[in-house]
This record gives sequence, structure tokens and C-alpha cells, in this order.
Amino acid sequence: MLEIKNLHVAIEDGSKKILNGLTLTVHRGEVAAIMGPNGSGKSTLSYVIAGKPGYEILDGEILLEGENILEMEPDQRSAAGVFLAFQYPLEIPGVATMTFLKAAMNAHLRAAGSDEIKTPDFMKRVRKAADDLGISQDMLKRGLNVGFSGGEKKRMEILQMALLEPRICILDETDSGLDIDALKVVSEGVNKLRSADRSFLVITHYQRLLNYIVPDTVHVMSKGRVVKSGGKELALELEANGYADYVSDAA
Amino acid sequence: MVAVKETVEQVRALDVDQYKYGFSTELEVDKAPKGLSEDIVRFISAKKGEPEWMLEWRLDAYRRWLTMTEPNWARVSYPKIDFNDSYYYAAPKMNASPKSLDEVDPAILDAYKKLGIPLREQEILAGVQTSKIAVDAVFDSVSVVTTFKEELKKVGVIFCSISDAIKEHPELVRKYLGSVVPVTDNYYATLNCAVFTDGSFVYIPEGVRCPMELSTYFRINEKNTGQFERTLIIAEKGSYVSYLEGCTAPQRDENQLHAAVVELVTMDDAEIKYSTVQNWYPGDSEGKGGIYNFVTKRGDCRGANSKISWTQVETGSAITWKYPSCILRGDGSRGEFYSIAVSNGMQQVDSGTKMIHLGKNTTSRIISKGISAGRSQNTYRGQVSAHKKATNARNFTNCDSLLIGETCGAHTVPYLESKNSSAMFEHEATTSKISEDQLFYCRQRGLSAEEATALIVNGFVKDVLQQLPMEFAVEAQKLISISLEGSVG
Repeated sequence: MLEIKNLHVAIEDGSKKILNGLTLTVHRGEVAAIMGPNGSGKSTLSYVIAGKPGYEILDGEILLEGENILEMEPDQRSAAGVFLAFQYPLEIPGVATMTFLKAAMNAHLRAAGSDEIKTPDFMKRVRKAADDLGISQDMLKRGLNVGFSGGEKKRMEILQMALLEPRICILDETDSGLDIDALKVVSEGVNKLRSADRSFLVITHYQRLLNYIVPDTVHVMSKGRVVKSGGKELALELEANGYADYVSDAA
Repeated sequence: MVAVKETVEQVRALDVDQYKYGFSTELEVDKAPKGLSEDIVRFISAKKGEPEWMLEWRLDAYRRWLTMTEPNWARVSYPKIDFNDSYYYAAPKMNASPKSLDEVDPAILDAYKKLGIPLREQEILAGVQTSKIAVDAVFDSVSVVTTFKEELKKVGVIFCSISDAIKEHPELVRKYLGSVVPVTDNYYATLNCAVFTDGSFVYIPEGVRCPMELSTYFRINEKNTGQFERTLIIAEKGSYVSYLEGCTAPQRDENQLHAAVVELVTMDDAEIKYSTVQNWYPGDSEGKGGIYNFVTKRGDCRGANSKISWTQVETGSAITWKYPSCILRGDGSRGEFYSIAVSNGMQQVDSGTKMIHLGKNTTSRIISKGISAGRSQNTYRGQVSAHKKATNARNFTNCDSLLIGETCGAHTVPYLESKNSSAMFEHEATTSKISEDQLFYCRQRGLSAEEATALIVNGFVKDVLQQLPMEFAVEAQKLISISLEGSVG
């Protein structure tokens, strides 16, 4: 599904190199967790996959279903099935959440050469998906993410994920700023979306999230590369011993 | 968001030539000789078949204008205008006053058709349009047709060109013309008094709620020709009217002058809602050509508890100098100003409002949204004042500016003045940029850069768009997006 090969990335002004030959494969239907200390390049990895401007790709490639996506615009990558749940979702004042969701869904439908969704069908789908995540109708009428709590914003990310039906979902520290109840709701939302055709890249600092979203594989990042890969038991080991071993290994 | 998609498609179809109203119409034209003099003023008055008092009024204005100097306090710059290098009267050759559309030159009808302005009543009635709109179509210096006149007459509403009003309703015109914007108000207004050629006249009798929207569509077609229109709207006690104004011009390399005067009068409990979508040719991306839009618009809430509301969407013109204002004379009267001013390329906008509180318990509200892109400069200039007797005057002002890119400017210049200790003025202002992060977020969800910008901008102007009549709001939304085409990398 997703293959990242020998990826070297620097910040565009050349001030700092962040990814140093990162290689990672996520298979179809696999849930891969990425863990690592602050500054190891986890968030940069998620941005680079999604195509955020401001980074220079020095070497390597990212293949989605065998196709190199590095030359694609962010919206083309989205249409190809890349979804990034942001650590800090952006606010868009004056744009009702409903309006935004419909624009996004229609952009995907158009990219696939399909007709736009009819309003009654759209309403039905959104209501159902929103109910599952405990998102009120009132929230859907408000400006996107404007005045939402941290937990509400994260649930809104999962709602968008559910509606856009991506092939690869990247969750960038989705657990940050969530209390235990919100964490459960969000995790349940994610687990419902797990399927044999959909892969996940779950980026997190803490093992806690992985109690709810149980990964198939765990990868440890340090200094811009994957330094250790293993099964879900690797996360528990990290929780007990910290990152110290891997950080020094990589140095 | 259907409108966003349509907009993006339209923008793509437009390609390089973003200004879709830039066509010109070939016509036989009746023109005044070039330049400005007493003879030209007499020429215009004679062409219009005006009574003597009107000519005297014009000549008086012209003589006063000669002694005045151009204002220079606005944040705009342009080469000195040679007022003798322009034509002051240009009219398509046709019957003096066509009795029906069949007598109007098909080329003119075609021009309005291209602009999407419905002039045939039966087509409007048969069409899918949900609400009827009466239109006064002004082409260069003359009104070519006014629709639904008869139907409006039944309820006592007078809607005709100002030229007809001068002849047919002189008592009303003499009473109100120049009573809100005095002849010597300012340089451009005085010039307008001398050489105005046409415009609309509306009279709503006591207690009448105008049964349809009234609108005037201004089109400048001729080269090197100034358009000086004059609009006068009077709403008697307890009446109501909603009036829309639209404007476009062909794409030409020379600058053209547009200096209009609009006067509104509301008596006790009356309300006028005046909406403008201004889309004069803005010039090319290097600042060549475009309309100089120097306009004086003012409403006088003469009666108690009367209300005047200005809503404007300004996307065109090389230079905009425009401050639709309210004189809140009647006790309990209310003034509102809702504005969206979009500037791109080399456009310069200096626009805002004046709310002059004279009566007791008067209230006003100002919501201004400025969007700057390209190398444009966009200034909000607003005055709020409470005079000694304006006990409990209230104003709320909110000015937001949105910047797109690195090379444009937004400026806010409020003037607040209170001579009454019970007055309360509130002023809020923000300046923001469409952030890279917001754009990326939208694009990550599948929206193209243009769609994302259109969406964010539409969100920014939502409060003002809501004030426009439905059909107009959709148009305005599209127009804003088209004006900003090419402003994101």
C-alpha cells in the first residue's frame, strides 16, 4: 500500500535536515504505529506524505499503490486516498462545517469522475457519521473548528476521515489534548474504519493510544529514520524502558 | 458549496481575460463635442429637453465647480485628470423616448442580454426567476428602458429615469434634488450637478411597500466618455423599498471617469435598502486603464424611526473613492453600512462611510470587510459623529481586513467624534492573512488552491453577503472569487 524508500527531507530554506533516509512499508489493511521522542521527525513525515509546502525532498520516494506521489499536489494526494488527521486542526471562520464537508466530498467525487452528492443523501450520511462520533447537529452548523474544544476538533477530523473513505489514514498525535473519554470515542471511530483495504499510520508519543487502537506493527523513529520495527509488544517495551536505547543506537 | 464549484469553473473558462464584461458594443452615437464648458452644459440640458430652472441649476453648479479644487486626502494616487479631454454626453442614436423595447436598438438589447440583465417583462414573467425585478437600464448617458413602470404605477410608485422625472414630476425633483448632497458638497458632486446625464428616480408614496425590487444597471460603453449619473430615491412615511445597482464597462486602455451622486430621503418610519454590486473595469494587471469611480452617496433619515441601509460589494474600478453615508436626523432613526471591498492587481480602494448622528436615540452599524490581493491598496475610511443633541446615540463598527499574498496593503482610518456624553461608540478592527496552514488544511481535504481560497474568502465576507437579496448574494459571491483569480500561487 504505502512504501517509503530512503527518504531525505530538509526544511525548504535549507536550515535543517529532518528526515535522513527513512524507509517504511505499510501493507494493505495494516495499522502501523510510529513512536519516537520529540524532534525525531514524526510530524514532518506526516506532512511530507500529505504534501505540505515548505519542505525540500532531497532524495527517496513515496509510493502509494506503486505510484510515486511526491510530484502530486496536496489535493491530488487527497483524491488518491491520503488522509491526514491534523494534530492541530485549523479554524475556518464563517464557513459552516456542513459546507466544508460537502465541498470536500464533492471535490473527491469530481476527482473520481462521479456526480456530486445530492443534498438529502449528503445530510443522511453526515448525520449518521456524526451521531456515531457524538457530534451534535449544532456543531455542524458552526464555523469549521471555530470555538471547538480540543476533543471536538479531533472528533471532527475522524468525521472527515469517515466521509472521505481514504486508503491510507495518517493520525498525527490524535491523542494529544484528549481526556480518557474523548480518547475512547475517537479510538472507536477509528476502529470502525479499519478494514482489509485501508491502512493506518498512527503517530504517537505514548503507548496509551495503542491500548485502544491496537497496531499490527510498531516502528520507532529517531533522528529522521526508523531505527527499530516490531509487533505491538514493542510499544509496551518502550513504555517501560523509554526511548534512550534507540536514541543512542542511532547516533 | 455549489457556488464555489461554479465559480472555479467560471474562473477557468475565463483564463487570462478575467473581466467577463469587457466587450464593447458598436453603435451609432450622438456625442457632445469633447471638453467641458458652459456650452457643453447647455448642450446636455438641451438634449434632455430640460426646463429652464434645471439649466440654471446646472450652470450655477458649473460656475461653482470652476472655483473648486480636487480633494487629495484619500489614500489613492493617479495622474492629474484633464477634464477637457473627455466627452460629457454620449447617447446611442435612437428614438427620444422609446415606447417599447421594439424601438430600442437591438445591439443595446444584445449588450444587456450578454450582461444577463432581464429587460423583457414577458420573459421575466415566463422565466424561472422567483422574484420580479424592475430594471432601469442606463447606457452611457441615457436611460434606454425602464421595465414594469405600469405595474408599479398602479400602487403609486414612480420609477423612471431622472430625465423623465425632471419633465414629468418637476415638483418632486425640485423639492429633493440637492437636498441631501448640496450642490457644493465636494468637487466631484458639484461636477455631477453640472453635467449629469441620466440615472434613476424613485418615489414611494406614504404607506406603500414597493411590490418588487427596483434596480438600475449602469453600462459605460463609449470610449473617453465620463458617466455622470444621478439617482434620487424618496420614501414617504411608512414606506419601504429595496433598490439594487449594478455597473460594468468595456475593457479599455484609457482611464474613464465615473462620478455619480445618489441621494436618498426617508420620512417617518420609512426604510430604504440600497445594494450595489460595483464591477467597473478595474484595469489590467499592470494598472493600465480602468474606471476612476468617484462617487458621492448619501441618505438622509429625515423622519423619526426611519432607516437607511447601504450594502455594497466593490470589486471593480481602478480607483474607488466612495463613502455611502447616513444623516441620522430623525429621532430613533437607524443607519447601516455593510461593505465588501475586494482589490487585486493595481487597484486602489479608499472607501467607507459616514454616520452623522443628529437625532436622539439614533443607532448605526458598520460592518466592513476589505480583501486585498496582488499589489493593491485597500483603505477603510469611516466617520462616526454624535452632535450635541444626539442623546443616546449608538454606533457599532467592525472593520476586518484580509490580506492575500505579500505585496498588498490594508489600512483602517476611523474618525470618531462625540459631542454628547451619553453617546456610545464601539469600534473593532482586525487584520488577518489567509495562512498557508489554512490553505494546506483545505487542500488536504481535496480542495484545489482556488476552491480553498474561495471558500475561506466567502467565509470571511459571510456577514455582509447575508445582507444582500438572495439572487444578488450568489452573483456577488461568484464575482468576488473571479476578482481574486490568480491571487494564490
